[in-house]
Amino acid sequence: MDTEILARIQFAFTISFHYIYPPLSIGLGLIMVIMESLWIRTKNEKYHILAKFWTKIFALTFGIGVVTGIVMEFEFGTNWATYSRYVGDIFGSALAAEGIFAFALESGFLGILLFGWNRVKPWVHLVATIGVFLGSMFSAVWIVVANSWQQTPAGYHIVGEGMNARAEITDFWAMVFNPSSVDRLTHTWFAAFLAGAFLVLSVHAYYLLKGRYVEISKMAFKIALGVATVFSLMQLVTGHSSADGVAENQPAKLAAMEGHYDKSGPADLYLFGWVDNESQEVTGIKIPGGLSFLIDQDFEAPVIGLNAFPEEDRPGQVNAVFQFYHIMIAIGMFFIALTLYACFLWWRGTLFTNKWVLKTFVFSVILAQIGNQVGWFAAEMGRQPWVVYGHLRTSEAFSQAVTANQIVFSLILFFVVYALLLFLFLYLLTKKIKHGPYDEDDNDMEERRFTKEITNQVTNTLNA
Amino acid sequence: METLFGIDYPTLWFLVVGGVFSGYAILDGFDFGAGAWHLFFRKELSRRIALNAVGPVWDGNEVWLVIGGGALFAGFPVMYATFFSGLYIPFMLFLMFIIFRAIAIEFRSKEEWLWWRKMWDICYSVSSIMLAFLLGVVLGNVLQGIPIGPDLEYDGSPFLGFLNPYAIITGFTTLFLFMSHGAIYLLLKTEGRLFDKLEGLLKKGIILFIVFFVITTLYTLIYIPHLSDDFKSNPILFIFPILTFLSIANIPRLAHKKRFKIAFFFSALTIALMMALVAIELYPTLLYSTIDPANSITIFNAASSDKSLGISLTMVAIGTPLVLGYTFFVYKTFAGKVQLDDHSY
Ligand code: HDD
Ligand code: HEM
Ligand code: HEM
Repeated sequence: MDTEILARIQFAFTISFHYIYPPLSIGLGLIMVIMESLWIRTKNEKYHILAKFWTKIFALTFGIGVVTGIVMEFEFGTNWATYSRYVGDIFGSALAAEGIFAFALESGFLGILLFGWNRVKPWVHLVATIGVFLGSMFSAVWIVVANSWQQTPAGYHIVGEGMNARAEITDFWAMVFNPSSVDRLTHTWFAAFLAGAFLVLSVHAYYLLKGRYVEISKMAFKIALGVATVFSLMQLVTGHSSADGVAENQPAKLAAMEGHYDKSGPADLYLFGWVDNESQEVTGIKIPGGLSFLIDQDFEAPVIGLNAFPEEDRPGQVNAVFQFYHIMIAIGMFFIALTLYACFLWWRGTLFTNKWVLKTFVFSVILAQIGNQVGWFAAEMGRQPWVVYGHLRTSEAFSQAVTANQIVFSLILFFVVYALLLFLFLYLLTKKIKHGPYDEDDNDMEERRFTKEITNQVTNTLNA
Repeated sequence: METLFGIDYPTLWFLVVGGVFSGYAILDGFDFGAGAWHLFFRKELSRRIALNAVGPVWDGNEVWLVIGGGALFAGFPVMYATFFSGLYIPFMLFLMFIIFRAIAIEFRSKEEWLWWRKMWDICYSVSSIMLAFLLGVVLGNVLQGIPIGPDLEYDGSPFLGFLNPYAIITGFTTLFLFMSHGAIYLLLKTEGRLFDKLEGLLKKGIILFIVFFVITTLYTLIYIPHLSDDFKSNPILFIFPILTFLSIANIPRLAHKKRFKIAFFFSALTIALMMALVAIELYPTLLYSTIDPANSITIFNAASSDKSLGISLTMVAIGTPLVLGYTFFVYKTFAGKVQLDDHSY
């Protein structure tokens, strides 16, 4: 295999793996902030126990998010050297900002969040939790801004020619608020909230089905259901807005998402389907003229199709882009239906006795993960053949100095290490879930204080 | 070219990058160093205490690496691209060990089984040693230069090009420097028998470091003359190596007097001074080409536009007080000897 393909496989693999964890951390961060605030307001110890429980799981997702993120940071230099030279002037400042403003904030307060429960006052701890949560929100800001810039470049000019060409910044704020960044940022944030909320829903639905920790699980379930309902609905709004943006700024991507080839005819909207790139046929169930309607509120309006672009300027994997995009939307619609129905049952007072709904929530956590992944795959594969839309091709962007064998070596290393990471993650996650939210003696604070004194005494004697 | 206080932007950014990497070396230096000694501690409790001495801070320390990488990317994209793609293998190994070390810290105490803890202890210690060593190896390559062609791309052997005598010597120097630094940090955090043991280890660490430091210095002077050019033409700069020697000499003296807080300050200062030496030896070059000096990457041919550097400098100006603020706050919260509780690793 050639260097380009290998570099792309490595990037797709490492970023997809990284992207399992940050959405969970961002989403859990929001839920922890809510739980801890409720604890401080209501003084109900159960919220404290919930907050501590989810903090432990957060520590797990966060830890893996950090190490796999460090890999991403250097992979631009190791594998995409030409790209890095090309975008460094613009993109570098976003990455540096991420480090200075976001990661430092996050990691600064992380120590207190994880280890500070007995050391600082509750409100200081809440400040730390909020700090970590905001830090994770900010890290999403800068990295999504950078990625949006490469989808819809703005605020720059091109200097130099051929191999020496590079983009230089002319207007910082135009770069930050490029045409797609606001839509995509809100959409990824909300997707992350969903990832976190559905994990909480899944775990507590499982407890409820088992009849364990019933009271506390109901409390957690309600919080997470609130978050999930609001942001499932918001996903439709921000997603639609993203799609409008894609139609305007990246017509070839939009055409691939719906398998629309016709140069400029009315375009259909598929519920599902299969694209044959050879015959340019899509088979499936469609709303004729639906895409035209969504974009221009007119079933007859012409939409630019793939054939309007020369062969070498359109995405190669049309069917894949189509499928990923449609899976995401199907999941989004399913979430809206599920959460609204659950809210209805909650109102009727039968939510926690409805086995089927609870079971659905147990497995929906996977759908939230899939939604996050396929959304990115649609966005990134739909951008092909460009790395920087309209300016730099993927085939020109990889490192010239790196050989195929080197990438094979690192790829194998990543496969092995990440498989181990995933295994450990799942193992410890199940262990924590089985163990449940209570520490052995959380119920009995007196006893707990006593055990702690003993431990301290033992520690001190052993040390002496 | 734009300037601030009479200094051009690329030079300012060179100082920023140098500052961040020095901060990184000082901070992650002590936790790599602490990890490198880990297997020398025999008892479970000692190991837990040693691990929890770095527990609340190691992640924050690693952020300096992320900021450093970002700073290099932002200010000197050409350097970032050539450096990381050229030294592909050592950086991939570095990333692997970073991952292993993090998961070892994270997972070690999650199970009681003996084999589990032993496995993660080994993982933690070996990766700490390898990380310190690899950092030194990379530094050696930067000092000595790597083969760079006229297109400013790496043009050497893909797999083992990074291993050469000089890099190996600087690798060991860095390892022992970090081990001494880490031992002093642990001395600040422990008491009792573990503390006594560490005093003995610190002595060994310092001796090994000084031996390798002398070898590195001699090797540099004899075989890599281009590095001492600046000193010959500008004798006032000799103040830096002299300060470095004094600072190093101070460490065993203070350790002997059991004044570990000040000793820690001096080992941090030593690292900073050594980074300053590196900076002086290199400036304005970032990466020498061993093929033809004309192909070297300098702060000028690698820099981003003045506009971009100006933005980045503004961010640094806003961000630095924030970063220092909460770093200080965290170290203050966890100051003093390690106390284990049910939230510890
Ligand atoms: C749980 C996750 C999730 C869910 C339920 C949805 N999305 Fe999404 N979507 C994402 C997670 C996501 C994402 C992972 O966050 C992406 C990838 C890149 C991005 O900016 O956000 C994304 C991208 C993305 C894009 C491409 C943006 C671009 O290429 O610039 C569009 C057009 C939509 N989404 C539209 C929708 C619609 C109409 C949804 C219907 C409800 C929807 N998404 C639900
Ligand atoms: C290719 C692009 C990416 C790069 C270079 C990257 C880089 C990094 C780095 C270096 C870290 C570790 C930071 C630390 O040491 O604390 C990290 C963690 C993180 N990243 Fe990424 N990242 C990428 C993609 C993303 C995306 C798309 C998002 C969100 C939408 C994201 C959100 C986060 C968050 C929230 C963390 C904190 C750790 C966690 O919460 O799990 N990253 N990333
Ligand atoms: C976190 C979620 C992300 C996922 C799941 C993702 C997914 C992918 C995939 C699947 C590819 C390969 C596409 C192909 O070769 O057909 C790719 C390529 C790439 N992505 Fe992303 N991406 C993410 C975020 C980012 C971000 C935040 C950036 C930059 C800031 C980025 C920059 C790139 C680059 C430079 C490539 C390589 C060139 C290319 O193949 O287009 N990605 N990504």
